[in-house]
Amino acid sequence: MKAFRFEALSLPPGAQAMRERVRAFLEDERAHRRFAAHRSSWATFDPEFSRRAAEAGFVGMTWPKEYGGGEYSNLERFVVTEEMLAAGAPAGAHWIADRQSGPQILKYGSERARATILPRIAAGECYFGIGMSEPDSGSDLAAVRTRGVQVDGGWLINGAKIWTSNAHRVHYLIVLARTSAAEQDRHAGMTQFVVPTDATGIEIRPIFNIAGGHEFNEVFFKDVFVPDDMLIGQPGEGWMHVTGELAFERAGPDRFMSDIRLLVELISKVGNTPTERQAIAIGRCVAQLSALRRMSASIAALLERGERPATEAALVKDVGTAFEREIPEMVRKIIPSQPSLDDDDELSQALAHVLLHAPSFTLRGGTPEILRGMISRGLGLR
Amino acid sequence: MADDFSTIMIEQIDRLLGQHVNKDVLVRSERGEWQDDLWQVVSEAGVPYAMVAEASGGLGLAAGEVMKLIRRMGYSALPLPLAETMVANYLLTEAGGSLLDGPATLMSAVNNDGIAITFGNAGATLNGVIRHVPWGGDVGHVVTFARGRGGEGYLLHLKRDMIAVSRRRRNVAYEPRDDLKFDGVHLPPEAVLKAPAALRDAGLLPYIAAIRIQQMVGGMERALDFALTYANERVQFGRPIGKFQAVQHMLAVAAGHFAAASATADAVAESNGFATDLFPIAVAKSRCGDAAGHVAATCHQVHGAMGFTHEHSLHFTTRRLWSWRDEGGSESYWDEWLGRKISALGGEAVWPVVTGSRHL
Repeated sequence: MKAFRFEALSLPPGAQAMRERVRAFLEDERAHRRFAAHRSSWATFDPEFSRRAAEAGFVGMTWPKEYGGGEYSNLERFVVTEEMLAAGAPAGAHWIADRQSGPQILKYGSERARATILPRIAAGECYFGIGMSEPDSGSDLAAVRTRGVQVDGGWLINGAKIWTSNAHRVHYLIVLARTSAAEQDRHAGMTQFVVPTDATGIEIRPIFNIAGGHEFNEVFFKDVFVPDDMLIGQPGEGWMHVTGELAFERAGPDRFMSDIRLLVELISKVGNTPTERQAIAIGRCVAQLSALRRMSASIAALLERGERPATEAALVKDVGTAFEREIPEMVRKIIPSQPSLDDDDELSQALAHVLLHAPSFTLRGGTPEILRGMISRGLGLR
Repeated sequence: MADDFSTIMIEQIDRLLGQHVNKDVLVRSERGEWQDDLWQVVSEAGVPYAMVAEASGGLGLAAGEVMKLIRRMGYSALPLPLAETMVANYLLTEAGGSLLDGPATLMSAVNNDGIAITFGNAGATLNGVIRHVPWGGDVGHVVTFARGRGGEGYLLHLKRDMIAVSRRRRNVAYEPRDDLKFDGVHLPPEAVLKAPAALRDAGLLPYIAAIRIQQMVGGMERALDFALTYANERVQFGRPIGKFQAVQHMLAVAAGHFAAASATADAVAESNGFATDLFPIAVAKSRCGDAAGHVAATCHQVHGAMGFTHEHSLHFTTRRLWSWRDEGGSESYWDEWLGRKISALGGEAVWPVVTGSRHL
């Protein structure tokens, strides 16, 4: 087999300064109690936080200045991303727009889309949701039935999406639709559209999750008109855009740091003199975290150089989300706790919050079952 | 030393190991026969002195390059204390001693408390027992670490005539792991060297850990090579078993463990010195030890009963993985060390430590 190589990430000179800048920003946020780190994460939707982060220059960082970006390198953005995660920053409002929708528009969108949308994302005022999954198309994304039909000056979208996070509070969805019949290659004939959530013909219905929260939605499209200049790339390129660039988002630190604050809270609670059992459990978690951080940082460096380590990226997500799932189980084994969202104790709250959200860690962005298929292909088994 | 040179060196060693480490050699070694022909082959290539500075008569390979060499030794299951000898020569020459004329080993009790040294007028006296010394009964030289009364560290160079083997034993790979006993052994002044500063905190344990870390990563790569080849060849129900999703997922999970372990071993190879910085050693010994168990189990499962036979060579690697993970400090040893260090600093220190902006 091909041995994996995870080189050290050597950060460019500006990255250390950037790390200090974002740490100072986050410390100020916490000093003023603007967010509750023990029960928030990159999935926590907080437009006020996003606006402040954007004002400080931490949204749309790599984009050209003419579109409101900061023209920083991907590695400087990597540093900001991991520091936000480490602090438990409630970055969910701008996360998707900043991580994938904005970059897709920048790379494959029309000039009008870039000029009208990107500066608003970079200002922390414009948020996105992902319109991929459908009632009959989850892991099997190529089975989408939502259709786009060409009309004068644009396209009419009809169909339904499901599990659409934040559809009720974002400004746009990027919708994957079939635009020509599936022939021999079922991955051909799909297109992504940038659709404003207030467009005529869109209906959004809430789906509550097991934590009682409203993130998911079902979204119905009835003759929703999308002008020609709101396509991502050319008609028929949908599958390429969905799988190509996004595959590498899998190696990002949001795939192993979703509940890092629970680990931090645990160590604070355990105190300076842990028992042997506590020390072993904590040490093991820190070792796993270090391994994942090295893998993720190394892949960030490869991506910056233009390499495309697809198998390694899938491995980071599979190993990373398994680690995230392990943390709450470890916590309850080494410290007496009764998880409760209503408790005054922050560890008890944090544990309850993570337990109720953990099932989603290994669902969003591709399940381990799908990832392991991709890894097997990389290993030469498929 | 230039990268080109080390690349050539690693290729050369890999070729030598591929040629000379075969099943016959492994079987004879496991019967307790010292493989002297094999030792001569690697010795003539200069490997025992690879890490020693050129000024001291070595090849001057950087620590990180030496780690790559050790990884290849793990891949081939080389049945010799070659990595131990490389490190012994390096440490002795760094401490002002001279090059060794043959195989050597490193001796360390997990907490460095197995032996005591007392100083007299004519040198020093050594007392105590250390168990499970790699190849302790086979080598001519043992290098170990001891503290004086004031806590100062010494590097001791013990020769064959000072060493009593109180018990011969083997790990589950049937590599010799002997108990050595020192009963009032007199050490001449030239055998007692002031230890290099890097040994001050933890003695030789991290050095042994660093060797086993790289060997384990090499061993895991070999075990997965065996398993992936077998999965693509073995046909059941009309197709190679590697086409079954259950088998694919098992191997994908094992590959994840291997990848995470590799990443930590790469970090050890890139850190300062050979084993100077304890944080990456602790992380890697924990992660590699954990991965070694998973990878060995999976690779056996893929091979079915065939992999459980002595006939198939998988066991030479998997039995080493099961041994190496417990040598140089097991996962729980290093997890506890790491957990105590982190807890002493508090929860908010986790991230700065992981990103290297704060040190333990």
